[in-house]
Amino acid sequence: MTESFETDVVIVGAGPAGLFAVFELGLLDIKCHLIDILSKPGGQCSELYPEKPIYDIPGFPEVSAQGLVDNLIKQIQPFNPVFHMGEMVERVETLGDSAHPLFRVTTDAGTEITAKCVLVAAGGGSFMPKKPPIPQIEVYEGKSVFYAVRKVEQFRAKRVTIVGGGDSALDWVLNLHPVAQRVTLIHRRDAFRAAPHSVNAMRELVASGQMDFLMGQVAGLKGEGGQLSALTVRKESGESVDVACDDMLPFFGLTMKLGPIAGWGLNLHENLIPTDTEKFETSTPGIFAIGDIITYPGKLKLILSGFHEGALAAQKVHRYVYPDKRLVFQYTTSSTSLQKKLGVN
Amino acid sequence: MTKITFKDAAGGSRTVEANDGSTVMETAIRNAVPGIEAECGGACACATCHVYIDDAWTEVVGKPSQMEEDMLDFAFEVRPTSRLSCQIKVAPNLDGLVVTTPAKQG
Repeated sequence: MTESFETDVVIVGAGPAGLFAVFELGLLDIKCHLIDILSKPGGQCSELYPEKPIYDIPGFPEVSAQGLVDNLIKQIQPFNPVFHMGEMVERVETLGDSAHPLFRVTTDAGTEITAKCVLVAAGGGSFMPKKPPIPQIEVYEGKSVFYAVRKVEQFRAKRVTIVGGGDSALDWVLNLHPVAQRVTLIHRRDAFRAAPHSVNAMRELVASGQMDFLMGQVAGLKGEGGQLSALTVRKESGESVDVACDDMLPFFGLTMKLGPIAGWGLNLHENLIPTDTEKFETSTPGIFAIGDIITYPGKLKLILSGFHEGALAAQKVHRYVYPDKRLVFQYTTSSTSLQKKLGVN
Repeated sequence: MTKITFKDAAGGSRTVEANDGSTVMETAIRNAVPGIEAECGGACACATCHVYIDDAWTEVVGKPSQMEEDMLDFAFEVRPTSRLSCQIKVAPNLDGLVVTTPAKQG
């Protein structure tokens, strides 16, 4: 189902740079929607190292990555940003012209947002599933090798092999077990970093003969025309065995890839988006970019640089969103109108 | 100065000087050694700095911690000599260390 929205700015990426941009834009009465492929805001901070302390945020001698994200979310509350989580921006279409930009942003979930400006704050790109380096795997991808489960029913009465030892692997073992003909879990060791109750449930199913667990690593695929018939599994002893299989689901975590951004018509330099350093506008007027995904002479991939870039971009975005309004520079410490927007007056 | 040799899956080899106290991953990044991605920047959170320790060095380098062993589940082609290079601190006793990068990180 297609859901449609209209707003001032679509921010692609809800990491620290994207979140703080909501604040700087909000002070200028600019409304934002944020889109991110992850299930919750915070980007790399929340996904990769939530508990790690960060020492180079001005004013915070030490703050955990998740603590910073939580504070940013609190800071932007007054501006009521709309989050579209778990969605990846697939297309950015230009509807307006360079003087009056207008864009239609479409996600892989079918969400369509029309906005005057787009702000790309996509960090290292989209978090995508890691693909194991098994020869010929690409022949099977989308046909009998899947990195995510969209419909459980598609695995009904199939011999399903799940590879990995984390929460995704264990959760899908338990969820697909009632549907599949037979579930086999393959993991390199007899220890799992998943939730203990999931691990226990899996072990009970194995003990009662309702599913199989095999320790080893998948070394080869057998099948025809993209349809798997068996996996070749190398055990720790070096011995190889074949496991009959219709569908394989590898869960090796996420990695960052540029993804569909490459197709949005922006100039790119070594997978980064070049911008100017005054407005942080890209080669397409009305599309801005900030944070780790951009490049300019002297660029540093620091969170604080992303904050600065968002503040400057907001000034130019204001000119597109309110072409007839003069922008008066104000401080939150002294401006009653800014304080009113923040709800602190 | 401690010297570390990085071999790659294709048979290439490079020896670089490492600062004691830094990590093997940081040494690789600073010297633009290919085959080490280190997406998370050294937080033991991504398994894209995976290396194989040369057999002669496994005992000196030691075994991975529990957290590192868990994270190795997200690496490919894991072997008994696998380590995450962000978790190996450079010290004078590692002078001459040889590690091999895998064919694919992420």
